[in-house]
Amino acid sequence: MPDDAILEVTGLKRHFDVSPPTLERLLQGKHRATVKALDGVCFSIKRGETFSLVGESGCGKTTAARCIVGLYRPTAGKIVFDGVDLTSLNDRKAMAPVRRRMQMIFQDPYASLNPRWRVRKIVAEPLVTHGLVTDKGELRARVSELLEQVRLSAADGEKFPHEFSGGQRQRISIARALAANPEFLVCDEPTSALDVSVQAQILNLMKDLQRRLGLTYLFISHNLAVIYQISDRVGVMYLGRLVELASADQLFATPRHPYTRLLLETIPRLDPHGEREPVAGEVPNPIDPPPGCHFHPRCPYANERCRVETPALIDDGETLVACHAVEERRLPT
Amino acid sequence: MRNIEPLLKVENLRVEVPTRRGILVAVDDVSFDIAPGEVLGVVGESGAGKSLTGAAIIGLLEPPLRIAGGRISLGGRRIDTLRYEAMRRVRGKEIGAIFQDPLTSLNPLYTVGHQLIETIRTHLDMNAVEARARALALLKEVGIAAAEQRIDHYPHQFSGGMRQRVVIALALAANPRLIIADEPTTALDVSIQAQIIALLKRLGRDHGTAIMLVTHDMGVIAETADRVAVMYAGRIVEIGPVRTIIDRPSHPYTVGLMASIPRTSGRRGRLQQIDGSMPRLTAIPPGCPFNPRCSQAYERCRVERPELMPAKETLAACWLYADAKAERANA
Repeated sequence: MPDDAILEVTGLKRHFDVSPPTLERLLQGKHRATVKALDGVCFSIKRGETFSLVGESGCGKTTAARCIVGLYRPTAGKIVFDGVDLTSLNDRKAMAPVRRRMQMIFQDPYASLNPRWRVRKIVAEPLVTHGLVTDKGELRARVSELLEQVRLSAADGEKFPHEFSGGQRQRISIARALAANPEFLVCDEPTSALDVSVQAQILNLMKDLQRRLGLTYLFISHNLAVIYQISDRVGVMYLGRLVELASADQLFATPRHPYTRLLLETIPRLDPHGEREPVAGEVPNPIDPPPGCHFHPRCPYANERCRVETPALIDDGETLVACHAVEERRLPT
Repeated sequence: MRNIEPLLKVENLRVEVPTRRGILVAVDDVSFDIAPGEVLGVVGESGAGKSLTGAAIIGLLEPPLRIAGGRISLGGRRIDTLRYEAMRRVRGKEIGAIFQDPLTSLNPLYTVGHQLIETIRTHLDMNAVEARARALALLKEVGIAAAEQRIDHYPHQFSGGMRQRVVIALALAANPRLIIADEPTTALDVSIQAQIIALLKRLGRDHGTAIMLVTHDMGVIAETADRVAVMYAGRIVEIGPVRTIIDRPSHPYTVGLMASIPRTSGRRGRLQQIDGSMPRLTAIPPGCPFNPRCSQAYERCRVERPELMPAKETLAACWLYADAKAERANA
């Protein structure tokens, strides 16, 4: 583990059993089925940086986030947070100190706040749960401070979530996540449910907070423009595997993997450009992904090797990329 | 191009919701038109009234929402006053609709072929064999591979992108002159979005179908639309050609909106933001609805409501342009 890494993920796998019911298997001869939502993912996140995972729906980015914060138990692999292997912690008690240091912001600010609680109680919950503040007056002061930190007012604490707009609700989620003084925030599509002008407010707020509080972010999004704006380093995922990992500048300037190129090529954008033929095909069924490189049926550079052998993530100068064509230098640049 | 007789003409449309605390105005004095073969993008944040404008045109406003004023005409014929049955014939025959979630537009209990054939036979005078042939041709046209087999499949057997293609085929079934597409790509992955955008553009070009494209995604608009209407708090605040709106907008809201969109190239760092948020329908400020968030607002903006007026290269509802012009005239 490099010295400056706060989180190191190695060989992370998470499989989901999606088999038909036992009786159907017995009577109709159906087989067991598993979705390999995460199929051996490795990456590490440096202290103070924003590391992003990007990919289309079903690529496993949210599953990775949920494994890291402990909402899913990994099928295999290691998640080491600041020297502690989270997969070896078995009971809630052992997890609690780590949990405090790692918090999550969810996509839907309408579903992630209890509608029956006042904002004050929502934001105070982590402080109470972790027994960080017991004195009532102190708790009030801390909640007010947290609300002001996300540019809401202390008086907003007396209101209920329904009295706020989507952007303000997401600010409440951020205040709650920050309550226990975490070092590491996992943000799962935090701006996807918001309008663009509000999205800009939240992204700017997140950057300010990162600088001020020295936070490390794991940022999950399907929106490449948002990823470009906020990230230091980016991992691109496709059907449960990392296909490319590079700094944001590197990835957007010189994408290596054919899938990354396809994503960047097809994204609807504002700048004028010529007419282009959209790439055909869709993400295959994750229950039965193609053998070899999962991307080969849509890849214009695929050959026999790609159809059989799974490419490993290899170091190619400044980028890590999992592609036989890149390795064999037969990809046009 | 603007001299062509418009296909759709919306004049001073007003949509209201009666509530216990009074009547709220969701779409307020909206006017625009669309020429045959033209793609008009309608953008705005959630609650700006863009979807309601579309719903009002196809006559699918959910009560208690109602059209409270203005007129909508299609090809010179007024359609907002039509009775239910007459409007039902216009819908499907002359106006096709594509919604965000393809699953809600398809009946899960019938094969896609059945649904296509039913729609075709409702609106066109065809027998079962002819209708099936047309259904097949439509599925092929929207890019569904192996259409001969797929026609007998149920909606759940299609992926999201393929389902949206089926919905587009349904919307095209009776060769409508206008298609209202409300967030047609929002539920889809980017690589599929591009395919659907290309399909919509081709339809406009090949069939002369006019498209009203409602979306919050400026990227989709930039790729597809000819002109754009920007909505804010139930009103159109700016309307003009797509490149002008993106590159040289006039209304301060459009300027802020364009600057707050993250891009995938160029300088990174802080995004421009518009502080605050769009007012709720219950609290739309007097004068220009954008004035509390506008850095250039002055007295007149807080009192008097601006109408769309010529501003640089577009039409914008902003007093900055009226007063600038008056000053030039006086000088």
